[in-house]
Amino acid sequence: MSAQPRKQVNVGWVKELHARKGLQLGLGFFFGIIFGFLLQKGGVTRYNVIIGQLLLSDFTVVKVMLSAVITGMLGVRFLNSLGFVSLHPKPGSVGMNVVGGLIFGTGFGILGYCPGTIAGAVGNGSLDALFGGLVGILLGAAAFAELYPKLERDILKKMDYRDITLPELLNISPWAAVFLAALLLGGVLWGLERLGL
Amino acid sequence: MEQWSPYAVGIGIGVLSWFTFLLSDKPIGASTAYARTAGMLEKVFRGEKVGEMAYFKKFPPVVDWEGMLVAGIVLGSFLSAWLSGTFRLEWVPSIWAASFGSSPFLRVLAALVGGFLIGFGSRWAGGCTSGHGISGTLQLTLSSWVSVVCFFIGGIITAFLLFSFGV
Repeated sequence: MSAQPRKQVNVGWVKELHARKGLQLGLGFFFGIIFGFLLQKGGVTRYNVIIGQLLLSDFTVVKVMLSAVITGMLGVRFLNSLGFVSLHPKPGSVGMNVVGGLIFGTGFGILGYCPGTIAGAVGNGSLDALFGGLVGILLGAAAFAELYPKLERDILKKMDYRDITLPELLNISPWAAVFLAALLLGGVLWGLERLGL
Repeated sequence: MEQWSPYAVGIGIGVLSWFTFLLSDKPIGASTAYARTAGMLEKVFRGEKVGEMAYFKKFPPVVDWEGMLVAGIVLGSFLSAWLSGTFRLEWVPSIWAASFGSSPFLRVLAALVGGFLIGFGSRWAGGCTSGHGISGTLQLTLSSWVSVVCFFIGGIITAFLLFSFGV
């Protein structure tokens, strides 16, 4: 695990923009409108499309996600190298990501929406999302907050790897990692198209 | 147009993420907003002591950037559906109905249970399909790559098991 320096925002006007609290709330709403519009246009605010992905009969979700990741990865990394953006890798551990991820996955298979797409599902009129899923997510989050002190002590720190990134873990340059990841994810998309999925 | 190519949509979301990082210093994400909202609702019923809970000290129960983002998703999706004439109120999606019948009660009950696990699991994992699945993986974060693989492993196994009980 090498200590690769992490570049932070070093451009004046960008920092000033980030500090404007009221404007930021408005920007959040604006970005949300675009995000919701795109999700709906992609079809991924529909239960049928998401459950089709989990039943491996409709690969729309994977196509949307992987092309978003490839595009986002290139631009965000480029802006970061110029000092225009800071990265915000999330900390984690096996106890958090594997256990929590599988609990999430179980819910994903039953609900057929996720926290972002369910907001879009509500927007396009899905009442099961509004009266079932949304209520459930709020209750689940509240239950987690209740159990958090105990879980944090017992399991969330198991095999902690903090916020390490793949280039740091593999000790390769960030751009080499971006290149490899783009190749891998692009290869998956190419394979899906080849298979006619 | 009712639906766009998934690649066009994905590239659009990727470009959007450049701007959320640049202009707001934020990765796109959703699940933290539900935790904060849950805290705000709990405060209504249980009072100020909710703010003293360790989890809500970490994520104070207030409307923040991400909460506004989630609210925006509702409006953006509505606009998209309405403009293309596909907005419709629906209790039971057709693939669900084909296997489990068209009872809204059963579907809402399942959505409630699934939602609970999603809310619980996303907070346990520290993110959801947006925060880990898109924003985290695009930053090449180990925790996010592990999480998104587990989301889909859990989701695929559960969906296959569930639908094996359908009619």
